[in-house]
Amino acid sequence: MQKGELNLNKMQKNKDIVLKVEDIHKSYGKNKILKGVSFEIKRGETKVIIGPSGTGKSTLLRCINQLTIPDKGKIWLEGEEVTHSKKSINQFRQKIGMVFQDFNLFDHLTALKNIEIGLIKVKRINKEEAKKKAMEELRQVGLEQQANLYPAQLSGGQKQRVSIARALAMDPKVMLFDEPTSALDPELIGEVLEAIKMLAMKGMTMVLVTHEMGFARSVANEIIFMEEGLILESGSPYEIFNNSKYERTKQFLNKIDELYGESNK
Amino acid sequence: MIEFSFIKNILLPPLLEGTIATIKLIGLFIPASLIIGVLIAVARVYGNKLISSLSTIYVIYFRGTPLIVQLFIIYLGLPYIGIVLSPFAAAVIGMSLCSGSYQSEYIRGSLQSIKSGQMMAAESLGMTRAQAILYIILPQALRRAIPAISNNITYSVKSSSLAMIVTYVELTGAGKIIAAVYFRYIEVFLIVGIIYLLMVSVFTKLLSILENKLKIPGLG
Amino acid sequence: MREDFMLIYKALPYLLKGCIVTLGLVGGSLSLGFIIGIPITIGQVYSNKYIAGLVSVYVWFFRGIPVLVLLFLFYFGIFSLIGLNLSSFTTVLLVLGLISAAYQSQIFRGSIQSIGEGQMLAARSLGMSKVQAIWNIILPQALRISIPAWSNEYASILKDSAIAYALGVTEILTRGNFTATRTFKTMPIYLTVAIIFIILTYGGMKIFDLLENKMQIPGYAERRAEFKQDAEE
Repeated sequence: MQKGELNLNKMQKNKDIVLKVEDIHKSYGKNKILKGVSFEIKRGETKVIIGPSGTGKSTLLRCINQLTIPDKGKIWLEGEEVTHSKKSINQFRQKIGMVFQDFNLFDHLTALKNIEIGLIKVKRINKEEAKKKAMEELRQVGLEQQANLYPAQLSGGQKQRVSIARALAMDPKVMLFDEPTSALDPELIGEVLEAIKMLAMKGMTMVLVTHEMGFARSVANEIIFMEEGLILESGSPYEIFNNSKYERTKQFLNKIDELYGESNK
Repeated sequence: MIEFSFIKNILLPPLLEGTIATIKLIGLFIPASLIIGVLIAVARVYGNKLISSLSTIYVIYFRGTPLIVQLFIIYLGLPYIGIVLSPFAAAVIGMSLCSGSYQSEYIRGSLQSIKSGQMMAAESLGMTRAQAILYIILPQALRRAIPAISNNITYSVKSSSLAMIVTYVELTGAGKIIAAVYFRYIEVFLIVGIIYLLMVSVFTKLLSILENKLKIPGLG
Repeated sequence: MREDFMLIYKALPYLLKGCIVTLGLVGGSLSLGFIIGIPITIGQVYSNKYIAGLVSVYVWFFRGIPVLVLLFLFYFGIFSLIGLNLSSFTTVLLVLGLISAAYQSQIFRGSIQSIGEGQMLAARSLGMSKVQAIWNIILPQALRISIPAWSNEYASILKDSAIAYALGVTEILTRGNFTATRTFKTMPIYLTVAIIFIILTYGGMKIFDLLENKMQIPGYAERRAEFKQDAEE
């Protein structure tokens, strides 16, 4: 092969890789939270990160969209470097959607306005078009009736679905979910998982941090097990849940099974 | 009794003029103090080290000294370094700066009470810090600060009476003059007092209506 | 410039003596406000509707009228009417005391109301009379809770004391003004006055902080925060 062709192949291969995370380190004072985490994710893939609390999973997600600046390491989005891009970080953030454990809906705005505001102020879309798009996103998560309600008037599950719609409205290339159901009452978890599942089926590229093992198993292309700031093991759901190579992974999964048992299937 | 109402015809007009002078004063410095309050509060919470230190020094100075002393410094002290202000200007500037420092404390407390998740969510959508502060944080913080702000506004209305010390003739100043001329201290100052009470009541009522209008359904 | 500092140095003793007058005013008014304020609060919280109504009027009057106006009203008006020939210092002390009583009564009321009903119920159930319960159980707790607000009240009265200038009381500002107008060095002198006030304000508030720490009941603050949460739910 000639040099030109090699480059072309490399470019095409890179185009398929939506997100590349390379050797991320992060410490808070003396605490080393992330000790060198790397992974890649291709278009349409769903990767689920599992592991004990406090192992840096949330921090990792926040490093991806630079809400937290890593001490070391690089992030690429569709081939462009996100780290060290202070000037255009806002452009990158539009392409990375984030859903938080505490929803973080803007309390002073209605559900509809929560979705519109990013479109109007960041994407500079005019008001009528923004409204149309926002309504469409609300419809997609089944909440068009609640458009004019305020967050305080919504249930937890509804709030989370609105926050998913808010992130989706920006047309991101990848969606990051930081324990999206951990703050919800059990009855409300289902509706949110449904929404996420639909997204996966539509081909959205996603990184999902969760404790919902049953869900992880059904929606993930790859499971990543993190412990103490490092990726211990990664593989297909079958490999991880049934054939794990590491004692720690098995221990963790057994513990979760004990705690949640049948309901997690 | 007849004399009473006759006196009212002589006493009231200057007092009403004084009231108008007071309204001119508060009409300027109360909005100014709010603007200063927001700017200083945002500077202290979101600004860089230099800006936030300067703002903190500003607040320490204006909250640690009596308004009357500040007025002396602005009206009688500044000429020493060549800046001469009219009584009205001195009063407006002094009271805006003083009241602004108190407002900034209430607004700052309110800003800090907004959950950090709001800023995170705004930034995750691609908003700049400035956009997040302007469209997400401030609207919520200002609503929360309304009780404290309106308390301060009533305080400002009362503190406007010190303008007479720098020879701007507002309500209290007019009262002193007319009371001295006619030796009617009790009547005059009771009336003056009542006018202040009325102004304060009106402001309180208006602000509470504003608070209700801005209430977010479902939020406390 | 150097002459300015020399001047300040020379004027300092005179100015600082004004602190005695100022602090005398502040201490006197705070004490008077306390002595009048506590009974007012008890009248408002534990008495009947009529007394509570009277208290409300008193509070509304003394909190709604500017200090300067009240000073003029009493000094030139009321006191001469009833034949009281009080010095301007005494007048200011009395008026500031009455004003402070209005504010302190509300501080105190807030503190008492934040103490759970349960305390009073428990005290009564042991056989204490209302008065005993208030004196032995409610007041000690309420006083401690009020310390931060009193710190603010101190700062507030300290600043109001400078208004005594208008009645010619020889406190710090009056002395400063006297010095400044005789020497024409207005800015340096007034800035010195300002600095003295800053020291008195923050120094005094620091003392209240220390007092609060000394009077802390171990574990109380956290327990109260919990209790408040429960009460809100």
